[in-house]
Amino acid sequence: MGKLAKISGPLVVAEEVRGSQMNEVVRVGEEQLMGEIISLKNDRASIQVYEDTSGLKPGDPVKLTGAPLQVELGPGMLGTVFDGIQRPLHAVKDKAGNFITRGIEVPSLDRRKKWAFKPVAKKGDIVKGGDILGTVKEYGIEHRVMVPPGMEGKVTKISEGEFTVEDVIAEVEENQITLMQKWGVRVARPYKDKKRFDHLLVTGKRIIDTFFPIAKGGAGAIPGPFGSGKTVNQQDLAKYADAEVIVYIGCGERGNEMTEVLTEFPKLVDPKTKKPLMERTVLIANTSNMPVAAREASIYTGITIAEYYRDMGYSVALMADSTSRWAEALREISGRMEEMPGEEGYPAYLGRKLAEFYERSGRVSCVCSHDREGSVTIVGAVSPPGGDISEPVSQGTLRITKTFWALDANLSRRRHYPAINWLKSYSLYLNDLQPWYDKNVAPDFITVRNRAMELLQKEAELQNIVQLVGPDALPDRERLVLEASKMLREDFLQQNSYDEVDVYSTLKKQYMMVRTILHFYDKAVAALEMEMPLEKIVSAKEKEEIAKMKRVPNDDAEKFCIGIMKSIDSTFARG
Amino acid sequence: MIKEYQTVKEIFGPIVFVEGVDDAAYNEVVQIVMPNGEKKKGQVLETTKGLVAVQVFGTTAGLDTKKTKIRFTGETLRIPVSDEVLGRVFSGDGTPIDGGPPIVSKERIDVNGAAINPTARASPHDFIQTGISTIDALNTLVRGQKLPIFSTAGLPHNEIAVQIARQATVRKEGEKSGDFVVVFAAMGITHAEASFFMQDFERTGALERAVMFLNLANDPSIERIITPRLALTTAEYLAFERDMQVLVILTDMTSYCDSLREISAARQEVPGRRGYPGYMYTDLSSIYERAGTIHGKKGTVTQLPILTMPEEDITHPIPDLTGYITEGQIVLSRELHYKNVYPCIDVLPSLSRLMNLGIGPTRTREDHAGVSSQLYAAYAEGRDLRNLVAVVGEEALSERDKKFLSFANVFENRFVRQGKTENRTIEESLDLGWELLAGIPENELKRVKPEHYEKYGKKFRKEHKQ
Repeated sequence: MGKLAKISGPLVVAEEVRGSQMNEVVRVGEEQLMGEIISLKNDRASIQVYEDTSGLKPGDPVKLTGAPLQVELGPGMLGTVFDGIQRPLHAVKDKAGNFITRGIEVPSLDRRKKWAFKPVAKKGDIVKGGDILGTVKEYGIEHRVMVPPGMEGKVTKISEGEFTVEDVIAEVEENQITLMQKWGVRVARPYKDKKRFDHLLVTGKRIIDTFFPIAKGGAGAIPGPFGSGKTVNQQDLAKYADAEVIVYIGCGERGNEMTEVLTEFPKLVDPKTKKPLMERTVLIANTSNMPVAAREASIYTGITIAEYYRDMGYSVALMADSTSRWAEALREISGRMEEMPGEEGYPAYLGRKLAEFYERSGRVSCVCSHDREGSVTIVGAVSPPGGDISEPVSQGTLRITKTFWALDANLSRRRHYPAINWLKSYSLYLNDLQPWYDKNVAPDFITVRNRAMELLQKEAELQNIVQLVGPDALPDRERLVLEASKMLREDFLQQNSYDEVDVYSTLKKQYMMVRTILHFYDKAVAALEMEMPLEKIVSAKEKEEIAKMKRVPNDDAEKFCIGIMKSIDSTFARG
Repeated sequence: MIKEYQTVKEIFGPIVFVEGVDDAAYNEVVQIVMPNGEKKKGQVLETTKGLVAVQVFGTTAGLDTKKTKIRFTGETLRIPVSDEVLGRVFSGDGTPIDGGPPIVSKERIDVNGAAINPTARASPHDFIQTGISTIDALNTLVRGQKLPIFSTAGLPHNEIAVQIARQATVRKEGEKSGDFVVVFAAMGITHAEASFFMQDFERTGALERAVMFLNLANDPSIERIITPRLALTTAEYLAFERDMQVLVILTDMTSYCDSLREISAARQEVPGRRGYPGYMYTDLSSIYERAGTIHGKKGTVTQLPILTMPEEDITHPIPDLTGYITEGQIVLSRELHYKNVYPCIDVLPSLSRLMNLGIGPTRTREDHAGVSSQLYAAYAEGRDLRNLVAVVGEEALSERDKKFLSFANVFENRFVRQGKTENRTIEESLDLGWELLAGIPENELKRVKPEHYEKYGKKFRKEHKQ
């Protein structure tokens, strides 16, 4: 038992705590506020406290717990909103009312709820860490109860029936196993090995799936100034990405945004399973006015939960909005510890911490005696000050992530959504994914995609000239490039998140849409060569049909597009 | 349990260091008794065994290291609240300055507030009609939102704020009065500006339903740290305990941030961008996040903070961090102001993030989203063409482009511009939008649904042609 010596915001210093460990959880003050040791010197420890420290005084007790910061992993996480240190916010509300007051202690997983456990393993089986002992139904998902990593031996006892998360359901040698296991959040859960990025994470967003895709198990960054649509994009990914489990971390963001997720997700239905989206989602909410140290922890809480579902063999997508707030929390704590600041006041270890976090993504073979595969895909939003991505958080992120969606304030100002700039964004997964596209969409998918990209590049060059001399000065051929790229921008890249049909395009539809636009361009070029006047070409009625493509339901899109292409053929053939 | 010390060791800017104190609590309120007997308030910034740093709300002139007494009150900063606060005027630290009696109440609330549990929040969706087209039609404000006005010195942000406060109503069936109670917090604004608000509230009778906290330009700058917190604590009480619809106007947040920087500098902290402290985001969020609606509560808190951007620089840390926390922003433009357009709202950088929750068939009108998006797209295109015209001249434009160019002008002159007392209904604003859209070719209306065009827009086009 130690004593407080200094309090400065979320950082406190305790004395007489010799023998305590780095990252050990401690309880501070009369209210036993939770904190974590982040540095040690002689018998003094610096502690970041996960709650408001108002009222703490020197001399207040500090209790050591001997354990690092852990999360409880077990059935009951899906559909739940946790705070940064995994307190379930619904339970906190039942206990404390509408406002989050201090020192509330609620177990992360409901201790009373009983789950029906069905064993898969039998008594006498030899099992090791990661092997599945049995299953529990957690909403639509089969929650696989695994032997905790590191444990090995013979199953000496296993029972079927209704259990709480604390009841013993099996014994492996002398170890008692419950539905719940604990894991320190700062240590990545083990896996056998990482696999290639050859599966697409389908999102239904045209600019993402067609132009800048992210692979299952990959890592992507979405930086942008405020108002450019980071959150809308993140929420859309959480809604429509074809992952089996979603972990959504609202890290230092707006309270109303979490509310939006909380109101919308239970109503929205997962297109594949037909179950409410909330049932596949775990939410971690640390709104901007919640304690700053818990914000630092929220990212780790989220990724550990994601890894746990990955270990069961699921594909998990994790959205972190926004990692900049997490980095700022690091900076604040570092500043209070009077560490030597690095760039822009961020601690020198910012880059390492970012890399450690993103490297916890991946498509892996899970630790177990059999073959099982799971993935964690991470998409991190970054909020660079003033939208200038030369700052340390953006740069540190871009060094590790392989997909970059550059949000552009100019696009969002003209309500071009998603406001992802097609000239600045990139995806390094394209090569790895090519076989997947060939097999699952169309053999010429990448070729078509690259042609469309070339047109957009060409447009950017031409726009420079247009800015100087006006469009009329361009040769007809190049004006057709402008026409076609305008279609790509307005009729393909722009996608309305609030329109029922437009919000999600299947890959087939995406492919057909691009092909239709390219078909128009090709035929128009040919018609121009046959000396059809430009005015006639650009006033072709098919342009309006192309504009309607995005509003055509996914199932009818192919037919609709083929119809347009036929019509284009006849219009331009007539000359 | 009040403890008194006469052991001031050091005074540095707004911070006083007191020795020999063993158990001062973090954030505890202290009373400072100056050698001349005058009393001041302060708050513990950092506490260690034997040495405490206290930030003084007010100037430290006149304090000494010999006679000055520091009393530790043992509690964090609280204010008394009751219905009686309506119609009253307080100083920036909560002292009545209207000659009325002090507020007496058993309920004394911690001014720092607590975070609303995200699961307790209700999704804000009640459309607030401000009567200003650029807000109602294009950047819709909803109840429980925080929507700042980004302005620059010399622009009429006060007039706009007053017009919003005066005209704001909620049109919702089953609610008899959509009127708002205004909680007004002034930080570092001039006496003239403050009296502009007072006079307008008085003239319209709004003062009876308003609470004012005034920290003026010549008042102590450190006091500004607590002024918005007093205002928001009062607002939360009126909304969530007394079921009122509260509109909080905070002006000028730039002065608030400057005070924050002053303290940070005095504490010799590592500065962030432009000398503002690294924790400014966290600090600002503890103000802005105190808005919203709560399940089962009738009252709501809507925030309208005003800040002046230094040199119209939207990437300056104050507007930048604000924009990351608030749910959109209304940006004022000097260019429009010089063109004599009131209210000089530049819609392109403006945004309301909660707009989609507040509009649509049951809330405003079914065509709202489409019209809004179309007006944006057309205006953005027109503005781009203006730049082009500056280089190549108008003759070089195609017929189509000329229409967009003239649309941008008409949009500014008719849609953006309106009178200081002109109160347009949302239907009027949307119809005006359709009327102006009649000026651009029909096949360019890609953002509106064809059936809405038939129903609302086509009639204007016929008139237009005649």
